[in-house]
Amino acid sequence: MEEKVKNITTDEQQEYVINMGPQHPSTHGVLRLVVSLKGEIVKNVQPHIGYIHRGIEKMCESITYPQIIHLTDRMDYLSAHINNEAVCLSVEKALEVDIPDRVKVIRTIMSELTRIQSHQLWWASFGMDLGGLTCFFYGLRDREKILDIFEETCGSRMIVSYNCPGGLMYDIHPNFQKRVKDFIKYFRKILPEYDQLLTGNVIFHERSKGIGKLSLKDAISYGITGPSGRASGFSCDVRKHEPYSAYDRIIFKEILFTEGDTYHRYVARIEEMWESMNIIEQLIDNIPDGPFAVKMKPIIKLPEGEYYQRVETARGELGVYIISDGNKNPYRVKFRSPNFVNLSVLNQIASGFKIADLVAIGGSLDLVIPDIDR
Amino acid sequence: MLFDIVSANSAPLPSEPWWRVFYDFSSLTQSINTSLNDAMSPFWTTVTEMLIIGVLFLLFYAVVGLFLVYAERKVCAFMQNRLGPNRVGPFGIFQTIADLVKLLFVELIPIKNADSFLFNLAPFIVIIAGFMALAAIPFAMGLHAIDLNIGVLYVIAVSAMGVIGVLLAGWSSNNKYSLIGAMRSGAQIVSYELSVGLSIITIVILAGSMQLSEIVEAQRAGWFIFRGHIPAFIAFIIFLISSTAETNRGPFDLAEAESELTAGYHTEYSGIKFAFFFLAEYMNMFIVASIAATVFLGGWMPFHVGNWVGFNIIMDFIPPFFWYIGKTFFVIFLMMWFKWTFPRLRIDQLLTLEWKFLLPINLVNVLIMAFIVLMGWHF
Repeated sequence: MEEKVKNITTDEQQEYVINMGPQHPSTHGVLRLVVSLKGEIVKNVQPHIGYIHRGIEKMCESITYPQIIHLTDRMDYLSAHINNEAVCLSVEKALEVDIPDRVKVIRTIMSELTRIQSHQLWWASFGMDLGGLTCFFYGLRDREKILDIFEETCGSRMIVSYNCPGGLMYDIHPNFQKRVKDFIKYFRKILPEYDQLLTGNVIFHERSKGIGKLSLKDAISYGITGPSGRASGFSCDVRKHEPYSAYDRIIFKEILFTEGDTYHRYVARIEEMWESMNIIEQLIDNIPDGPFAVKMKPIIKLPEGEYYQRVETARGELGVYIISDGNKNPYRVKFRSPNFVNLSVLNQIASGFKIADLVAIGGSLDLVIPDIDR
Repeated sequence: MLFDIVSANSAPLPSEPWWRVFYDFSSLTQSINTSLNDAMSPFWTTVTEMLIIGVLFLLFYAVVGLFLVYAERKVCAFMQNRLGPNRVGPFGIFQTIADLVKLLFVELIPIKNADSFLFNLAPFIVIIAGFMALAAIPFAMGLHAIDLNIGVLYVIAVSAMGVIGVLLAGWSSNNKYSLIGAMRSGAQIVSYELSVGLSIITIVILAGSMQLSEIVEAQRAGWFIFRGHIPAFIAFIIFLISSTAETNRGPFDLAEAESELTAGYHTEYSGIKFAFFFLAEYMNMFIVASIAATVFLGGWMPFHVGNWVGFNIIMDFIPPFFWYIGKTFFVIFLMMWFKWTFPRLRIDQLLTLEWKFLLPINLVNVLIMAFIVLMGWHF
């Protein structure tokens, strides 16, 4: 026993190796980071993943397309609606179904609401990573309002499963428009409060500016998407470059920064919340009349071939790749999940900084672990 | 014996205002002392007095510690749009007692390969440091265990001893997170001890004494934070910052940085040993707050405004002990306020703040204060 302990504590390279996770407050899930330290300075970060691997992609091969949607909720549970949408869009693309305008607009509004609530939770937990515990409660307080809207319309709060191939499960609740408008009005007043609490704080600036710089070159070569990539100047917004649903008919700007540090990843997400509110405001009064779903065949069979659809989740680009052999089950499904790719850059940008910075950088990448492991 | 020292210094003069005679605790302590002396030999008198004081402090420690835990939970709850504890007793006031009872019954998990002697010793060192500091604090007129002539120095020195407990706890736990926490804590307290000392020295220059009772007495005409011009105010701010750092509280809670080191130096502690660390944290906060109240805010002196005779008389009616407790809790509230508002600093920024900003400002501040006192410019 004595011998064994000695071997564990004294590493060959004389480095101080600590295990962050799988149970650690700031890895936001069961991610394990093996961190080599020299004093307080991080020498190397090695992520170990797979603690919450459920084999979603393999499970998809044995179930039908409408069933797959319910599995995608469980990947990035904070962007549940957007994940659903990705699968629906690819199935609809394969079957060449014409989707009613009403569905497109509602999907877009719901996606943006999902994005706001995801960023709210991120803001809350990012504040907590930096030691500002009050942020957590402020973020969750406002997120609750969106979840209530979801609950009313979708019947579920977080894992909504509101989409189905061909449209939506059911129509929006009569209160939906009013409540969303109320929320936007409320949140426009509340969002500056976030800035007062955290963005304007001197300690926060010290902790985040110049920390974990991700260059544009690295962002592109690693494939970092979402707000994390856009903070480095990588124009990667799928909503802009390959508009789906109703994104082609609205005016919004892609949030781009060039600095690529933790602070700008933070600001990019705050700005995205403003932008999402703009998008919702453009659409909420113009929901067209019509059916909320197209009548599909009871058993959906995709024609033989390969289909790919990408969408912009709250964390970056989600790709759904389906190979069909003409059966009711897909032959093979692959999800290009944004978090898996974003995690890969952690060692590159975090090594050389302090252990407290590692936590801040990890928080600013906004990782959702079930999406990494799938 | 012990009470003799007390009574020698604060015997009321005949010309004193009524409240200074009425609220003077030294008459009570003196009468206890004489009656004990009548009953037994001087040696046993001292022993009995020490025992009484020990038991009183033990009670005080537990009550104040539990109350502060409750207060912090309520304050932070209201800052976070929550209600806080509200189930056990009215407004949840018995919540912390319920928690303590639970902690008493929790299993003490033995740690493999830990240095068990140091591991068990560490919480007691932290607690003892707090107890010793309590001894010198004047709670009210004539109400202190021992009135040392170097009271300020004693309190600073003794309260800094707690870091030994923190270091030992982190080192003996055989946990890597704990060790990082302990090392951080060591660096932090060694640095911030300087600022605490210098900011108090600024006031010691103004007061002309290191005896806590005399410092309070010197504030009879007005609290030092008002009388000492800007230097006293700067010293107060610096004391607030550095004493927060010294007690390992947010935004300087690097030793137990939850999001980085899970729980820092007390990660491996469970049950009542953890409760000791937990109570000690709040007690240290109480001690630094009471030093701040004593040195800067006039201790148990009532608040007087120049010639407002009516106002001053009303203020005199409030007993000195409540003045002291009120001021202490005001400082504690300030410390809670910025704990629940600010994010945490990084270790290098923490040391930069001390060595590059607070220390130079402090040195200049001491010089300015000395100059002001020399020229007699203070009020």
